[in-house]
Amino acid sequence: MKRFSRFLLWATVCAVFVALTVSPAISADKIKMGVVFSMTGGAASYGVSQKEGAQLAVDQINAAAGSGMQVAPIFEDDASVPQQGTNVYNKLINGDKVAIIIGPTLSNTAKITNPIAQQIGVTVLGVSNTASGITEIGDYIFRDSLTEAVVIPYTIRVAKEKLGIKKVVLFYGNDDAFTKSGADVFRKVLQAEGIQILGEQTFAKGDRDFSPQLTQIKSQSPDAIICSALVEEASGIVSQARQLGIPKNVRIIGGNGFNSPALIKNAGEAAEGVIVGAAWNISSTNPLNVKFVEDFTKKYNHPPDQFAAQAFAGVFIAYQAAKTAGTADNRKAIRDGMLKIKGMDTPLGKFSFTEGRDADHPPVVLDVKGGKFSVFGK
Amino acid sequence: MNLLAQQLVNGLFIGSVYGLFAVGYTLVFGVLDILNLAHAAVFTLSGLSAVWMVQAAGMSIWLAFPLATLLAGGLGLLINAAAFAPLRRRADSQFSGLISSIAMAIIFDAAALGLFGARSVRFPAGTVTVHVWQIAGVTITSLQVGIVLVATLLMVVLTLFLQRSRTGKAIRTVAENERAAMLLGVNVSGIIAFTFFISSALGGAAGVLYGLYFDSLAPDMGRAIELKGLAVIVLGGMGSIPGAILGGLAFGLSEVLTVAVSGTSNLRDAVAFTVLFAILLLRPSGLLGRGKLREA
Repeated sequence: MKRFSRFLLWATVCAVFVALTVSPAISADKIKMGVVFSMTGGAASYGVSQKEGAQLAVDQINAAAGSGMQVAPIFEDDASVPQQGTNVYNKLINGDKVAIIIGPTLSNTAKITNPIAQQIGVTVLGVSNTASGITEIGDYIFRDSLTEAVVIPYTIRVAKEKLGIKKVVLFYGNDDAFTKSGADVFRKVLQAEGIQILGEQTFAKGDRDFSPQLTQIKSQSPDAIICSALVEEASGIVSQARQLGIPKNVRIIGGNGFNSPALIKNAGEAAEGVIVGAAWNISSTNPLNVKFVEDFTKKYNHPPDQFAAQAFAGVFIAYQAAKTAGTADNRKAIRDGMLKIKGMDTPLGKFSFTEGRDADHPPVVLDVKGGKFSVFGK
Repeated sequence: MNLLAQQLVNGLFIGSVYGLFAVGYTLVFGVLDILNLAHAAVFTLSGLSAVWMVQAAGMSIWLAFPLATLLAGGLGLLINAAAFAPLRRRADSQFSGLISSIAMAIIFDAAALGLFGARSVRFPAGTVTVHVWQIAGVTITSLQVGIVLVATLLMVVLTLFLQRSRTGKAIRTVAENERAAMLLGVNVSGIIAFTFFISSALGGAAGVLYGLYFDSLAPDMGRAIELKGLAVIVLGGMGSIPGAILGGLAFGLSEVLTVAVSGTSNLRDAVAFTVLFAILLLRPSGLLGRGKLREA
């Protein structure tokens, strides 16, 4: 018995030794990528799309890599709430020992989860966070999604130029980091552009009845309704506004949250004429984008949206950073690799990071016409 | 003036859905003196299955609506058979029934999540043709009018049924005194099962109407209305049907007016529940409550 246990001890020591020497060799050609999206809950419309985009990128990279560095994604669901995001981050960072994290879907979640990664020194690449104050969390936090601070001023300027709007009402969700910061940017830009804000109305996450606020808005007869909302609420607002008889020429202008085909699917006819600032445009003729739209549509039988495009680009950017750094598991080196990304070709256009690790590429303004997003102005 | 009228109309619509939901709640309470906390889950399941019938099975809403209502009634029978009937003979069956109805609610919620997924779903565009009417500056859609009409119709039919029909009288007898009803030859357990059927069918009808009006249904939508339904029946007087209708309207109006006046929806529930609190201080048995007379 005693001899047997000694044998066991030695066997264990050998096994650990072998594991220690062998495992870096295995992980060296596979970069472990934690991918955190909201697959359930209020933001599921975005998360499902993002996962499709990310999965497509992983497939393409691994098919092209051959014996080179491969991507091993670990997909997790943050359920659209920061609490679950925190659990998932802890698992990925300490359990799975990922080299980099892509996500989470919502800025609201990112504000809580990203400090965890920053503290330990794991790079996070947000692919849909557009609120302010995300990359300010620390020097390990990046994003490839254009911020509201870039897209919104551009949207308002184009809308003012083309429609000549003079007075508007601001309507936003005041219990969410993303919708609130979007409203702050809108307010600042409207003031800077000399557009009068007749009044402000707010709603809360999960609201389904917007008729009291919309009735107030209608009575103020604005030229346009400026709205900062996520797609679930946005759909309700758009369809209830038209039901209440707010005329079609009072355009509804939204931020990034409006930029999803789900809006058109949910609100149907009422979505016509909605104006949205965007980071990506499906009809762009950039060859990489044309190929992405083609591949995506072939694989999933429906066209991609901006969230799929940004997630797709995000996986490529993270992969590029690891390749530049020449490592699949050195967290610090991968972060330094991210900083070296300049003018990289992606479906979003020529992509770079700004000084503050935010996305830098040209935006576009879209409006809904005939049940589709089309270019309103560049 | 138009503005106020429009807001009152908005409140009336949401209030009538609350009322319909609460009537089902209060009916079971009036008869059995127990709360069926699975009522909100039936509301959710019925709304979601109506969407499924229209979307996946391609039915017209005019067929899907009664079917979903019947399905909800069936769920009511299930709740009675699984959560309440086995406990009825035991001591303190009111409290244990309350707990087991929570269990049924959890099971139904999980079923809704498993069957229909976590995403919010909607009735496909054009499920009901919506006409928009302008009456003296107030915008009303045919959908809203339809909802109020259906809700009113169901409530009137229920009231007449309880007052006039034999079964309705039997239900009231059981509510008054179970033992006496039994001595009079009323099939008490049958009547109780039937009460659950009607109660849940009304809750289910409210679920479909709610889904049609707001055009957004999710497995967690019952949670928002559950507490409101309770507040409405407390406000109206536990067990009182006209009270539930009145309470529903009062609740809907207070919500809408709060949002309209404050310009934000954060205070909505706060004001509604403060009103509830104040009324309970002044009239502990609710607006139309019968008080403790019957038990004396």
